[in-house]
Amino acid sequence: MKTIYKHHLFWPLCVLAALMLFNLFYSPDFFSITLQDGHLYGSLIDILNFGAPLVLVAIGMTLVVATSGIDLSVGSIVAISGAIACLSISKGSDQNMLSLILISVLMAVVLSLLLGVWNGLLVSVAGIQPIIATLILMVAGRGIAQLITGGQIITVTSDKYTYIGSGSLATLPFSIFVVAAVLVTAVLLTRKTALGLFIESVGCNPMASLMSGIRAKWVMMSVYIFCGLCAGIAGLLLSSNVSSADGNNAGLWYELDAILAVVIGGTSLNGGRFYLLGTVVGALIIQTLTTTIYMIGVPPEITLVVKAFVVLAVCLIQSSAFRAALALRWKKRHYPGEKEIARHVS
Amino acid sequence: MFLKRKYIPIIVTIALFLAMFAAGSFRYTGFFSLQVLMNLFVDNAFLLITAIGMSFVILSGGIDLSVGSIIALTTMVSASLIQQQGWSPAVVIPLVLLMGAVFGSGMGAIIHYFKIQPFIVTLAGMFLARGLCYVISIDTITIDNAFYTNVAQTKITLPGGSFISISAIVALIVTAAAIFIAHYTRFGRNVYALGGNEQSALLMGLPVARTKVLVYAFSGFCSALAGVVFTFYMLSGYGLHAVGFELDTIAAVVIGGTLLTGGVGYVLGTFFGVLIQGVIQTLISFDGTLSSWWTKIVIGLLLFTFILFQRILSARRSILRQ
Repeated sequence: MKTIYKHHLFWPLCVLAALMLFNLFYSPDFFSITLQDGHLYGSLIDILNFGAPLVLVAIGMTLVVATSGIDLSVGSIVAISGAIACLSISKGSDQNMLSLILISVLMAVVLSLLLGVWNGLLVSVAGIQPIIATLILMVAGRGIAQLITGGQIITVTSDKYTYIGSGSLATLPFSIFVVAAVLVTAVLLTRKTALGLFIESVGCNPMASLMSGIRAKWVMMSVYIFCGLCAGIAGLLLSSNVSSADGNNAGLWYELDAILAVVIGGTSLNGGRFYLLGTVVGALIIQTLTTTIYMIGVPPEITLVVKAFVVLAVCLIQSSAFRAALALRWKKRHYPGEKEIARHVS
Repeated sequence: MFLKRKYIPIIVTIALFLAMFAAGSFRYTGFFSLQVLMNLFVDNAFLLITAIGMSFVILSGGIDLSVGSIIALTTMVSASLIQQQGWSPAVVIPLVLLMGAVFGSGMGAIIHYFKIQPFIVTLAGMFLARGLCYVISIDTITIDNAFYTNVAQTKITLPGGSFISISAIVALIVTAAAIFIAHYTRFGRNVYALGGNEQSALLMGLPVARTKVLVYAFSGFCSALAGVVFTFYMLSGYGLHAVGFELDTIAAVVIGGTLLTGGVGYVLGTFFGVLIQGVIQTLISFDGTLSSWWTKIVIGLLLFTFILFQRILSARRSILRQ
């Protein structure tokens, strides 16, 4: 029993289950899944499909946070990658040509890798604080995305490109398979090789890891590159889902949602320990919360207030100072006489 | 020439501002005038006020992501109280300022007493304030109160025919007050000490808790004041006002030469950091062929240059110390 209670997925899964339970009572339609023309439809499928970009970004962010860093530029990378792919497709003579789509996707992926390299260079070689190093790309990146799209929303009419974000494979959305592939790769790389241990070691103490023979700089660098790659693929999913690229609004607030998902998943922002599956559950919680709020007809903007309280609650639970304060209060409630005695003595 | 090393970043910032202004004057006709300079203050009054609050937070070693949302919340609360409830501005303005300070001190208290990173706490604050805007109203609330329109339209003429707005004067007063607080009061010294090394500050017996909470309260107050000035500027309350503003503010502070790890920097640097951002925008609007999103790219590049510059300086200093 205690192993279940202490498991890092316990609380995140509880929250997810509570959200689901709420939906079960409030809107039973939530769980209905219908099959039409070989596609599955339903709220649960929507959550997985619309949540896919966030899950991807959050997976990359988890590894960055594990090295006690943070990547603020993911939202901008999402926008840039979508913009470059859509631009290149819209320039083509036949937008449905497979080679054009592949080249565009490849360009977006390579560009996001390069942006990851840039972040990695600043953090690991130049030794700048991650929050500031990635702030540069966060500010400039939005400008670059707008420059690529010319400040307009680029629309593409390509069935093949749209397939990435909204097509379906074996009755499930294709994006789920993309996410699954990235997740499985990340889990295998970090849990079945020593890489995960290296990342955690660098997150605990980069100097000590260097002394024990880990190339801390390379570990940090690769983590940022991976995060850039994840954000780039997320940008492809997002832009292909809506068949357009918007330099201004694509991926807006993604960095914050991704960090939130990582924190909800139990990974501490101080680094040194990470839970990829926890992050996925965290991202699903955020997406379910958003969908639920939409479904019960509350203005979607209230999501922000709810999110604020979720962030605060999760962080307070993680804070040992808060737990200590709470435990003290609890103890005091058990011994009401103690206070009185203390007063008498003094 | 004898230059103290600690003044180098701020001198670079000032020189950069002068160089950009001079370049604009040579390149574009009509650029070199007192009015263009004054417009920098008029158009960036709210940025200046917010950035000054942020300087204190960053000097103390923290960060405040909630400033943009507090500005939006302030415009929203003032607009709804004045327009929909018919309250007097004389009541509303002090009330929203108090609200900003209380909001900030709440975040400061959580940061200090529960030892949660400022980044996350102010992130929650940002979500909360932005969400509260929408709880009040989803649409824009236009303000046609006589006091607000009067303040918005008042132009104070200066000798030489140029003019300045009341908001700009408020911003300049805040700057002067902040320079005094940062460099000539006990609170200011505590902030620097806290940013230098919190552990040492605590061991020295400085009031770490009070200083930290006050710093965030001051930042919240400044954001609310900037929100009031922003309301004068826009004459409306809207939940989407000042989106992404926290980044502009942090960028201004960094370009001003303040070290993000805390403890090093000057309020005057922030002042020039804001002016540099203003000059970039003015240059781009004078040019006419460059699109406005170049502003973001140029600011990004400047940020990069300054951060690298600070990094090299601090690296050299640590080598010297050894």
